[in-house]
Amino acid sequence: MQIKKTRKIALYIILTVILMIVLFPLYYAAVMSSLPDDEVYAYPPKFFFGANLIDNMVRAWNTVNMGRLMFNSLFTATSVAFAKIFFSILAAFAFTYFGNFKGKGFFFAMILITHMLPLPIRIVPTFELVKRFNWIDTYSALTFPFFASATGTLLFRQLFLTVPANLADSARIDGAGPMRFLFKILVPLSKTNVGALFLIEFIYIWNEYLWPLIITNSNDMRVVQIGLKMLLASEAMAADWNIIMAGTILALLPPLVILLTFQNTFMVGFGLKEEK
Amino acid sequence: MRSSFPNKWLPYLLLAPSVFIVILFLIIPSIQSVYYSFYRLSLFGDKLLFVGWDNFQKLFSSSDYLNSILRTIVFAAFVVFVGLFIGMSLAVMLNQKLKGMFLYRTLFIWTYALSPAVAGTIWALIFSPSSGPFNFFLEALFGTSINWMTDSTIALLIVAVAATWKMMGYNIIFFLAGLQAIPNEMLEAASIDGAGAIRKFFRVTLPLLSPTTFFLLIMNMMYAFFEVFGLIDIMTKGGPGDATQVLVYKLYKDGFVNFNTGLASAQSVTLFLFVAVLTILQFRFTERKVFYS
Repeated sequence: MQIKKTRKIALYIILTVILMIVLFPLYYAAVMSSLPDDEVYAYPPKFFFGANLIDNMVRAWNTVNMGRLMFNSLFTATSVAFAKIFFSILAAFAFTYFGNFKGKGFFFAMILITHMLPLPIRIVPTFELVKRFNWIDTYSALTFPFFASATGTLLFRQLFLTVPANLADSARIDGAGPMRFLFKILVPLSKTNVGALFLIEFIYIWNEYLWPLIITNSNDMRVVQIGLKMLLASEAMAADWNIIMAGTILALLPPLVILLTFQNTFMVGFGLKEEK
Repeated sequence: MRSSFPNKWLPYLLLAPSVFIVILFLIIPSIQSVYYSFYRLSLFGDKLLFVGWDNFQKLFSSSDYLNSILRTIVFAAFVVFVGLFIGMSLAVMLNQKLKGMFLYRTLFIWTYALSPAVAGTIWALIFSPSSGPFNFFLEALFGTSINWMTDSTIALLIVAVAATWKMMGYNIIFFLAGLQAIPNEMLEAASIDGAGAIRKFFRVTLPLLSPTTFFLLIMNMMYAFFEVFGLIDIMTKGGPGDATQVLVYKLYKDGFVNFNTGLASAQSVTLFLFVAVLTILQFRFTERKVFYS
């Protein structure tokens, strides 16, 4: 018994030490974002918060037109996440409730193959295509190419397959059409997965960097991630680390809020927590 | 296969949006990548000229590209092996059913929300040669300091550390999910047979966790090859010299800074071959798993 207790305490200590090491960069970034200009390069470095957090955030906000960037990122991430969920629910429904229609395996393979085609593999032609559509610097370019989701289709297909088949039969006998069955019965049953997928896709699109970098040029159409690059580049000789870190904190807040909001669904969806 | 709603055209209509997007933005551009890789843009950028295998020949005879391949492999190996080792160790600790573990889990997992670019700015500050805390501690403890803006080995190492750190939350999430799926009875049975904690881990947990480990191996590889672009662009822009110019960064530079369409497409095709091998491995492995279970 005594050994067990010591081991427990050792575990807490080890975890706490590792946690402190892992979170130290974030802590230091937060401290830096609160320092006045003349303490950024202080020696020894400052390890405790200053009073200039809000001031620095306002300066970062104004330097790169952050309001606009935030809107662009929010709009892009939200609309892509919704579209991915919606289209993958439709596709998964087609794959699970309509028997073996012609070409089913072919279409399934086609959607799965998207896993093998990350952006760098098709980057030049995709860029050329978007340019030919006159989509440079538009929301269309930021959103449409991402609307299909192999992950989502697989996830919902798996889920729909576990729904008892007689549910659909009784719905049909009651005179409900397929679309009514989908939206009145299947979608409400999938709430947890919709939440988990929204979280994953929102964060994925919010964090996307390469695509927005090449298809946007104007400051009005940049996204938050590129804003960080702009903050770093707007420096002369010595970086204004307090301003850059204030911008960094701003950039990581929205996905963090989404994560904390959907944390419960997410944890349940991944089996990390029992459903309450 | 069940057919609850016999309907001739509805399934096609339901599939139409996804299939349309996939064909237009994924399949056609991928095929065009192959096509472009055999062409080069004329001097004035108005014509495509067929050059056969020239682009590939140029690529694989340039020490620049070969070095970039080597660098990417070293970088990916670090990110994958260090990342999986730390992720698995932490997940095993976090999986203990003890008071307060939920809080610990949350505190470790939330870093999943950070982007490569955010990780890049934060680690650029931590390792900043002039004012960063890392050099301050190094100076205080060992009387030495490092400068990754000039030392290429250290630059690659630091970028790898930052990339591994960013992936940690993700790895812990999936390892935890995998651990939770292991039936308690199996671990208890092993205990009854007199197996200690370490033996239980190697004989029961590790084998049963292997599908998760393999999945994460693939995801971390893809991450190390493709998604680290933002982190590298923010931290080093491929420098100092070419020290951190991994394949995806070189591809971007050739395609969108030097506008060498053919050469960039040849690199896309080379990267695709790599992804194809990974995917085949993944299918092989999952098939075998299905067979045994």
